Amino acid sequence: MSALQRLFKFHGGVKPAYNKEASTGLPIAVAPASTLLVIPLHQSIGGMPRPLVKAGERVLKGQRIGGADGNASSAVHASTSGTVVAVEMRLMPHTSGLAALCVVIEPDGRDEWMERHPFDYRSASPTQTRDYLRDAGVVGLGGAVFPTHLKLNPGKQGKLDTLVLNGAECEPFITCDDVLMRERAETILKGAVIMRELLAAGQVLIGIEDNKPEAIAAMEIAARAVNQAAGDSAMKVVAVPTRYPAGGAKQLIRVLTGIEVPHGKRSTDYGVQCFNVGTAYAVYEAIALGQPLLSRIVTVAGNVSGARNYEVLFGTSMRDLIALCDPLPDSDRVIMGGPMMGLLMPSDDVPVVKATNCVLVGSKKLFPPPPPEMPCIRCGECAKACPSDLQPFEMYWFSRARIFGKAQEYNLFDCIECGCCAYVCPSHIPLVDYYRFAKSEIWAREIEKEAADVARERYEFRLLREEREKQEKAAKLAAKTAAGREKAAAALAEATKPAATPEEDAKKALIAAALERAKAQKEQVHPENVSNLTSEQQAEVDAIEARRAEIREMAKPHLRQDD
Amino acid sequence: MFEAILVMAFGAVVLGAALGYAAVRFRVEGDPLVEKIDAILPQTQCGQCGFPGCKPYAQAIAKGEAEINQCPPGGEEGIHKLADLLGREFKPLSAEHGVEKPKSVALIDEQVCIGCTLCIQACPVDAIVGAAKQMHTVVAPLCTGCELCLPPCPVNCITMEPIGESVETWKWKYPVFKINPAQREAK
Repeated sequence: MSALQRLFKFHGGVKPAYNKEASTGLPIAVAPASTLLVIPLHQSIGGMPRPLVKAGERVLKGQRIGGADGNASSAVHASTSGTVVAVEMRLMPHTSGLAALCVVIEPDGRDEWMERHPFDYRSASPTQTRDYLRDAGVVGLGGAVFPTHLKLNPGKQGKLDTLVLNGAECEPFITCDDVLMRERAETILKGAVIMRELLAAGQVLIGIEDNKPEAIAAMEIAARAVNQAAGDSAMKVVAVPTRYPAGGAKQLIRVLTGIEVPHGKRSTDYGVQCFNVGTAYAVYEAIALGQPLLSRIVTVAGNVSGARNYEVLFGTSMRDLIALCDPLPDSDRVIMGGPMMGLLMPSDDVPVVKATNCVLVGSKKLFPPPPPEMPCIRCGECAKACPSDLQPFEMYWFSRARIFGKAQEYNLFDCIECGCCAYVCPSHIPLVDYYRFAKSEIWAREIEKEAADVARERYEFRLLREEREKQEKAAKLAAKTAAGREKAAAALAEATKPAATPEEDAKKALIAAALERAKAQKEQVHPENVSNLTSEQQAEVDAIEARRAEIREMAKPHLRQDD
Repeated sequence: MFEAILVMAFGAVVLGAALGYAAVRFRVEGDPLVEKIDAILPQTQCGQCGFPGCKPYAQAIAKGEAEINQCPPGGEEGIHKLADLLGREFKPLSAEHGVEKPKSVALIDEQVCIGCTLCIQACPVDAIVGAAKQMHTVVAPLCTGCELCLPPCPVNCITMEPIGESVETWKWKYPVFKINPAQREAK
């Protein structure tokens, strides 16, 4: 079909036992919904979605139950129709064993969809499309659950050279992408076509590890059909050598394009973006069918006799899922993900979430406890195995000694926690545990520092405000007293003024004229009750006047004394 | 001889002018040591150190008037950092200034609050909102847990609630290898 794709190599990597055959024998089955679906609101990286439903409410399949909090967040939906029993704290599928807010739905068994409308992304703006995908809850299904809408952005140039579809699936036991590609290759590629259009990408490279010949064949057939329909050869299926962790985004980009994305840069800066094949499938369902992300393919494997892939509604209990696969009696733990990067679950009664690509049942026989940790002998095997070109032993020493600044200088945060270093370590040091410890400590410190900076700023502002208020008060008081003094000074000046200016003379003349007018008016008005008096009345008035004069005379000496 | 003196004198004048200019142009505002100490302090503004805030304590440390072990919210780690920065000896937290407590935030029992505004005036970071005769409430993300609002409250309606761990703030523990898992299983 096309010239052989030139492949590159990434540094390091390991070849663990793959154990993939057990779960690929049977086609994908639909897992029945649990009697209660526990849907955590926070299932992806980013802000915690707000609950949109209350206990007692009836919800339809696909109805939004958690609204995205800000742009860097992703919505959550009801996986089936039923009644909301509670919105409460439930145990999370997380190693911490802590609880978080979940919507608990009791399915009614009718599986009744809400109204679904395909989204016309061609006539919508890129922002509208991204908002739609955010509200459809589409996140990366490779395991990191990064919101897809944030990644569907071609960056500054407005176009990309290459869209990489990640079907490598390098981790042992996990086969969910493998069977998805085998059975639903056309749908995946329809999603890839949409993504390619949104990203304005030149070509689409579908990287699949060469230990999945069926998936490669199925995808090649589908890619040929898409290429024929489009009249180009943009879709290319590329078999990549099987080596863990070929499915890491940076590693796959390196293998397929030769581009090594440096520290602190994004792959879009180099014209490449990478998505999991399951994500492409989810994008197609969301945009072309109007169905939000409600379920995913989950591999159930490990210490079970009937390992298989299931299409599982989010919120289904892992216990119910494992029960479908006949777990062996000596099973003692549940791991979400694979044996290399997976997280140990606090119990088997935790829900399947968007990040659950595999439910791995473990036992002592299958995963024997690691031999005792021995001192580091500085052999450097870990550095040889590191696919991120880091120096794991340096990071280990500094993490172990809690010298986090130094660990960060060795680019601890570029570590993808793939576990290659711990896998090859002859001293059986749980290196990744040390990195996880150091990373979470550094994160906590970062958050603390930010809080301290805010507190400092607010405290200083408060001091400033108090100072300002004090000054304002003092100024007001001073103004008040100054005004009083001024008044007094003005009165004094008036009294002691020797000569009037011509202006003031004019004023005085005006005042005098006004007084004159008032006097004249007063004279014109006579009190009515003293005119036309009878002689008797007149005599009475005269007597009163005489008495008054007498009293005045009598009071005179007293007044003088008072003076 | 004379030329040599002239050359040296000229050099001295030029360099002196350059240094003088640099001293004015690149003058550092404030005390950089105080800033560095202040950056280590937790900014709780609780006053447990005996100073009215983190900055005054930082200034006192810089002047050598205060010990480095007077900050309970900063804890042992803070003392270690200060000791490293200042080249002083590490000392355990002084007991008279308090004990290290888990980080908590103030919570006002809104049923009991009478709206006296005394706690609002006491809060060093303006993290309490409310008005006279209106209910008050604490803006939890801004609260530093300094406990300064507790004593002024006339109805004792403020309590300190420790901040629990959530899935987001949970930290991976330091890897500890179990010495004898086989024995433990035998029991």
